[in-house]
Amino acid sequence: MTTKPENDVVARFARRHRLHAMEALPWLLIVVGFFLFPDYLALGAQILATTLFGLSVDLVLGYAGIVTLGHAAFFGVGAYTAGYLAAHGMGAPIIGLIAATAMAGAVGLLSGLIILRAQGLSILMLTLVVCVMLQEAANKATSITGGADGLQGMQVSPVLGLFRFDLYGKTAYWYAAIVLFLGWVVARTLVHSPFGRSLTGIRENVARMHAIGTPVFGRLLTIYTISAAMAGAAGALIADTTGLVALNAISVDFSGLILVMVIFGGVGRLYGAFVGVPLYMIAQDRFSQIDPTYWYFWIGLLLVVVVLFARGGVLGLIDMVWQRVQRRRKR
Amino acid sequence: MDSALSAAISIAFHGTAFAMVLYLVSVGLSVTMGLMGFVNLAHGVFAVAGGYFMTTLIFRLGVPFYLAVPLATLAVALLSVPLERFLYRPLYGASDLDQVLMTMGLVFMSVAVGKYFWGPTAQPFYPPSALSGQLQFGLRSFPAYRSFLIGSGAALVTLLWLGLDRTRFGAQIRAAVDNRQMAQSVGINTSRLFTLAFALGSALAALGGSLGAEIMAISPSYALDHLVYFLIVVAVGGLGTIRGPFVAAMLLGISDTAFKYLLPEFGAFFIYALTMAVLLWKPRGLFGQA
Amino acid sequence: MTELALETRALCKNFGALAVANEINFGLAVGARHALIGPNGAGKTSFVNLVTGALAPSSGHVLLDGHDVTRLSQAHRVKRGLARTFQINQLFRGLTVLENVTLAITERHGFAGDFLRPAGRRRAVIEEAYALLERLGIADEALRPVKELAYGRQRLVEIAVALGLDPKVLLLDEPAAGVPSGEAGTIIDVIEQLGADIALLIIEHDMDLVFRLARRITVLVQGAILVEGTPQEIGADPRVREVYLGERVHHR
Repeated sequence: MTTKPENDVVARFARRHRLHAMEALPWLLIVVGFFLFPDYLALGAQILATTLFGLSVDLVLGYAGIVTLGHAAFFGVGAYTAGYLAAHGMGAPIIGLIAATAMAGAVGLLSGLIILRAQGLSILMLTLVVCVMLQEAANKATSITGGADGLQGMQVSPVLGLFRFDLYGKTAYWYAAIVLFLGWVVARTLVHSPFGRSLTGIRENVARMHAIGTPVFGRLLTIYTISAAMAGAAGALIADTTGLVALNAISVDFSGLILVMVIFGGVGRLYGAFVGVPLYMIAQDRFSQIDPTYWYFWIGLLLVVVVLFARGGVLGLIDMVWQRVQRRRKR
Repeated sequence: MDSALSAAISIAFHGTAFAMVLYLVSVGLSVTMGLMGFVNLAHGVFAVAGGYFMTTLIFRLGVPFYLAVPLATLAVALLSVPLERFLYRPLYGASDLDQVLMTMGLVFMSVAVGKYFWGPTAQPFYPPSALSGQLQFGLRSFPAYRSFLIGSGAALVTLLWLGLDRTRFGAQIRAAVDNRQMAQSVGINTSRLFTLAFALGSALAALGGSLGAEIMAISPSYALDHLVYFLIVVAVGGLGTIRGPFVAAMLLGISDTAFKYLLPEFGAFFIYALTMAVLLWKPRGLFGQA
Repeated sequence: MTELALETRALCKNFGALAVANEINFGLAVGARHALIGPNGAGKTSFVNLVTGALAPSSGHVLLDGHDVTRLSQAHRVKRGLARTFQINQLFRGLTVLENVTLAITERHGFAGDFLRPAGRRRAVIEEAYALLERLGIADEALRPVKELAYGRQRLVEIAVALGLDPKVLLLDEPAAGVPSGEAGTIIDVIEQLGADIALLIIEHDMDLVFRLARRITVLVQGAILVEGTPQEIGADPRVREVYLGERVHHR
C-alpha cells in the first residue's frame, strides 16, 4: 500500500464541515445584544425564537427544496401544545418544549406521510391545505384552543424551577438563545452529514437521486419530521415567553412571512434565518409603530425587488461583493 | 320535509351564486398556471382591484352600476399588461419559489395600497335598485341580485367557452397549453399570446371581483383572505383547463355553503379535507392531463 | 449458455393504445458490450426506464443476475448493481463535480442516511470520488459547480456519477448525444476502457459509435425487437437497412 501525498482538492472538500470563525458571530452578537439593549430583551427573545422557526424552514426549503406555504402549522401545533399544558397546570417550560417538539414532529411525520409523495405544485398546495385545515380545527375547537380569542389562562412556571420569566425578558432571552443554539447544533450537524448532502441532491435533481439508489421519500420524510419538530420547539418558545397563543400562530400568512424572512437572509445557507429574521423583525418593530399600513407595502416591494434582482438575499449579496473583492485582489 | 327541501334549494341557490364568483375569479389563474406554468398567488389582486374600481366609480363618481362594471374590468385588463411584461415575464421558467415570493410581494403591496386609498374596512356595496329586493320564481322568492349574479355568470361562462372553442385566439391558447414548443414552432406568437391570455384572465377576475362584491366583500386583505379558495378551485379543477375549474367551483361553492349551513361548528374544515383527498387521489386535479 | 447479467421476459408497456414495449425478450450477458439501436420513437428510452424501474411494466419480468426484480423499486435495483446515464444530463447542477460523484458513492456504501458524522470525515469516499474523476480526466474541475462546465465535460460527469455506483450492469442512454464531434472521442475512450466485469448496454443513434463499441446489437422497432446479432449480421440485414437506414435517409 502506498499512501498518496495529501491531495489539496480532497483535503479542501473534506474540510467543509469545520467551523469557520465567522460562525461565532451570531452568538457573539446575541451575548453582546443582551448587554447593549436591556430594554428590548422581550423583543429579542421573540426574534431568537422566530429565528429557530426560520432555521427549520431553511432545512426543508433551502436544503431539501420543498416549497412550503404551511410551515406555521407545526409552529402553531408546538405553541398550542406548550400553551395548553401551561393552562392546565403543567407550566414547566422544559416539559412544554419537549412535548411541543414531539407533538409537532408527530404532526409533521403524519402529514409528511401523506403529502410528500406529491411533487411540485401539488406539494405546495398540500402544505397550504394542511395548514388551513389545522387552523380551522384550532379555530373551531374552542374548548381546547380558545378559538379566535386565543388560549386563556397560561401559567408558565420558572425554567427548571429556578429562573422565573421576568418583565424585562431576561430569562426569556437566555432561554430562547439556548434553545436556538441547540437547534443550530442539530441543523448544522444535519446539513454537513451525508444525509444533509443527499438532501441537496434531492433539491438539485430528484430523478437522478432515484437513479443512484436513494430512497427519496424516506429522506424527505425524515427531514420534514425533524424540521416540523424544530418549528414546534420555536412555537413553544414563543408561547412560554410571551404567555400567549393566538390563531395567527398557525396561519398561512405567518407561513408566508417566515418564508419571506428566510429569503431575505438567503436560503440554503443555514444562516439565512439568523440574518433575515432579526432584520425583518427589528425593521417591523421600528416602522410599523410609525405606520403599519406602509409596512406591508415596503415589505412587498422589497420582496419583488429581491426576487427579480437579488435572489440570494442579503447573504448572497455579501457573497457576491466578497468574490468581487477577492478577484480584484488576485489581479 | 318542506323545510328540508327549502334548505336544499337555498343551499343550491346561494352555492351556485358563490360558485359563479369563484369561477370567474379563478379561471384566469388556471390559464396562467397551466399556460405559463406560473404559480401566481397574486391573482386575487386583480379581482379586488376590479371591485375597488367599481365601487369608486359607483359611489364616488356616480357612474351607474351597468357602466361601472365594464369600465372597472377594462381598467384592470389594461393595468395587467405592464405587470405581465415587467414583473411576470422575467420569471417565466424561474423556480416555483421565486414565483411564489414575487407574487406574495404583490399581495402584500395590494393590502397596503387598498388600505391607503380605501381605508381598512370593507367597501359598502348596494345593488342597483332594479336588482335589489326579492325575485318571485313560482312559489319561492330569491334575492334578486344573486339571481342576476347566477344569470350573468352563466352567460359569461357560455361566452367564454364558446369564445375559446370557436376563435383563433382560443385555439392558440389551447395549443399553447398542450405543447408550448409545438405552438411556437407553428408560428404562434406566444409572447403576445401570454400577454393577451394574462389580460383576459385578469379581466375575468375583475369581473368576478366587482360582480361578486356582495358575496366576497371588497377589503384590503381580499387577495390574501380568499387566496386558498382560488387555489383550491384551480388545483382541484386541473391546471390549464377551462371547464375543470367550473366543476371545482360548483363543488366548492355548493359544498362550502352546505357545510357552513348544516355543520357550522366545523367551518371550512371538511372543504379542506376534501381538497386534500382530491389532490392525493388526482394530483393534477379532476380534469388535469396526466 | 452464457450467464445473463440482465434479462427481460415478455416485457410489455402500454400507454392506452400505444405499446412502447411489446413482448421484449432481451438478454445482456455478463461483461457484454451490447448496443440497442432503433429509429426515433422505437421505445429505447422507455425500455431503459422499464429496466431501471422508473416505469412500471404492464406485464412481463425484469431479472438482474437471475433474480426477478420486477417488483423492486429503483433504489433496490441500484443496490443490485444496476446503473444508468440519461440522454439529457440529469446532474446536480448547482453542486460541485466532486460532490456529484461523492453523492453516488456515499449512496452505494450505504451510509448516505447517516445524519450524525460529517460527510467530510469519510475521507476514503472522497478519495475514491476524486480518483474516478482523475480516471475520466475531469479532476481539474472537481470543485467547480457542474453548471459551469462545458457540455462535453458535463457528459463525462454524467457517466462518472453512474460509475460511482460501481455497477455490474450499466445502461448508457446516448452517451455522446449533443457533444461536439471533437469531444465525442474522449467519451468513447472512457467507455472503451470500462472494466470487463461491467455488462454494458449502449442506447445509441450514432452508428459509428455503435460499430466501434458494440459486439452485439439489438434493433428495436415500434417497441418490439426486430433482430439481434453481431455488428456484421446487423449491417447486412436487409430489414434493418430498410427500417433503420431508411429512417436516417429521411432525416437528411
